[in-house]
Amino acid sequence: MSDIDTGSQEAGDRGKTLESGMPSSEIKFIQGNEVCVEAALYAGLDFFAGYPITPSTEIAEHLSARLPQAGKTFIQMEDEIASICAIIGASLTGHKVMTATSGPGFSLMQEALGYAVMTEIPSVIVNVQRGGPSTGLPTHASQGDVNQARWGTHGDHAIITLTASNHQDVFSITVDAFNLAETYRTPVILLFDEVVGHMREKVIIPAPGQLPLVERLRTSVREGIDYHPYLPREDGRLPMSDFGGVHRYNVTGLVHDMWGFPSGNPQVVQGLLRHLVDKINNNAREIARYKTYFTEDADCMLVSYGSSARSALHVVMNRRQRGEKLGLLELQTLWPFPAHVVRDVCARAEYVVVVEMNMGQVLEQVKLAVDKAQKVFLANRIDGVFINPTDIRNILRLIQGKGV
Amino acid sequence: MERCRMVFSGSGGQGVITAAIILAEAAVLYENLTAVQSQSYGPEARGGSTRTDVIIADSTIYFPKVTQPNVLVCLTQEAYGKFYPIIRPGGMLITDPRFVRLEKKVDARQFELPMYQTVMEKIGKPIVFNICMLGAVVGITQLVKPESILKVLETRIPKNFLEMNRQALDLGLALANA
Repeated sequence: MSDIDTGSQEAGDRGKTLESGMPSSEIKFIQGNEVCVEAALYAGLDFFAGYPITPSTEIAEHLSARLPQAGKTFIQMEDEIASICAIIGASLTGHKVMTATSGPGFSLMQEALGYAVMTEIPSVIVNVQRGGPSTGLPTHASQGDVNQARWGTHGDHAIITLTASNHQDVFSITVDAFNLAETYRTPVILLFDEVVGHMREKVIIPAPGQLPLVERLRTSVREGIDYHPYLPREDGRLPMSDFGGVHRYNVTGLVHDMWGFPSGNPQVVQGLLRHLVDKINNNAREIARYKTYFTEDADCMLVSYGSSARSALHVVMNRRQRGEKLGLLELQTLWPFPAHVVRDVCARAEYVVVVEMNMGQVLEQVKLAVDKAQKVFLANRIDGVFINPTDIRNILRLIQGKGV
Repeated sequence: MERCRMVFSGSGGQGVITAAIILAEAAVLYENLTAVQSQSYGPEARGGSTRTDVIIADSTIYFPKVTQPNVLVCLTQEAYGKFYPIIRPGGMLITDPRFVRLEKKVDARQFELPMYQTVMEKIGKPIVFNICMLGAVVGITQLVKPESILKVLETRIPKNFLEMNRQALDLGLALANA
């Protein structure tokens, strides 16, 4: 399909490598949550701490079997606060870590999420979204945590948040999450949803080595020589030293200097905050993952992500057969918001319809990104029911002036 | 092939979800088809009425749920009452007369197959009722080869129970062809 382009670098090569007969790629028919597990293990996950919650439970369930089998660590914690604190600690000692939860648990994790941002500790936090607020709708579909992922923890900061709509992409984006966490020394949020988490479909588990992995950047400073945990290299990256290993250093949620000790020096404060935000937001183009379907000549551009993008794509494929010029921009990076991509792709569209299961959280970002906010509309559902192609078609008819 | 959209419904514990997973997995792993399976979650899936959606096709499946099934299986009266109105005109309705009394005429081929009774008479174990149902679905729709289902059963079912499941599958196939 020549009209389909992809924003992620690996995706284009995947088919080729498989056809050339890599022996150990494997086809599975499993739930999205299990795909996340397979991908995390592929990426080198060796420490998981979590507290099971619908609709993310299968992640903890499957890792509780898989990690110990491989001699790695799974801990069921007393709650989500302890879960995220445990993975932060484990990461600092040199492990690749993950926890998984849903809205209520993700709320509890916000304080420590800020700690991981401030202390720059690589970690992956999966939120398989359900309806909220509070305990909300445990078994129903929603995408209401987009802004919570961005601003759930307090203070100026930047964050990376990724999502996916099908199992092959859940795999590659999960591997990506681990890679970005290591590259930028940051927590990365995987924002999946109930539909993708629970449905089963085909996934090809790539052979080892097929997807690139980013490993921990460790300091070359030798034992006995002072190591500065927050002294960037020339390329801006901060090499780590496994905590409890050969170097003694301080880690704190307080604003800190290059030794990791608390500081109220305005220059240090300014420098640290700029660093925390710039290291991610200045790389928004590098971090942007997205897919485009028939966007070149589209008069009507759908913008969607996660499971909603499946319904949007269904509509696009259907209408294209009838000659209608619909296109889809599927976002896989939600934060930092890929405004440049949205702006470019939507430039010539007469109108833009954001398809999501909330009251317009990505809609607001799209409105800010395009030239004319008035041309942006929302096709949504907030009743716990997975948005379907008919819902989207009904909204399109209204916008086109055709009525119900 | 024409895209096949199926809904299996019944009560929690009857094994309709397991049957759906086995069918979809057989299509993907052994027939080079695409498939998506999803199911109702929550308390209703554990004792109440339960529903699972399966789509099998030879092209990419985007929207993963079924709104109008070509094939509807109802294994309780409650499930029948709830789901018969959504059947796609010209589709197929498969029920077991032990559990479902047909009330309305629908624009569908109706198969009333005594699956439960046959399983109890020939095998005596209700646990394989769902595999008999699966045999009937495969027999009627010809979606996948019975051997593909058997291959999945071999990977999922303990050796001691395999023969019983194979027998149940054959009973279902025979009922479909009767």
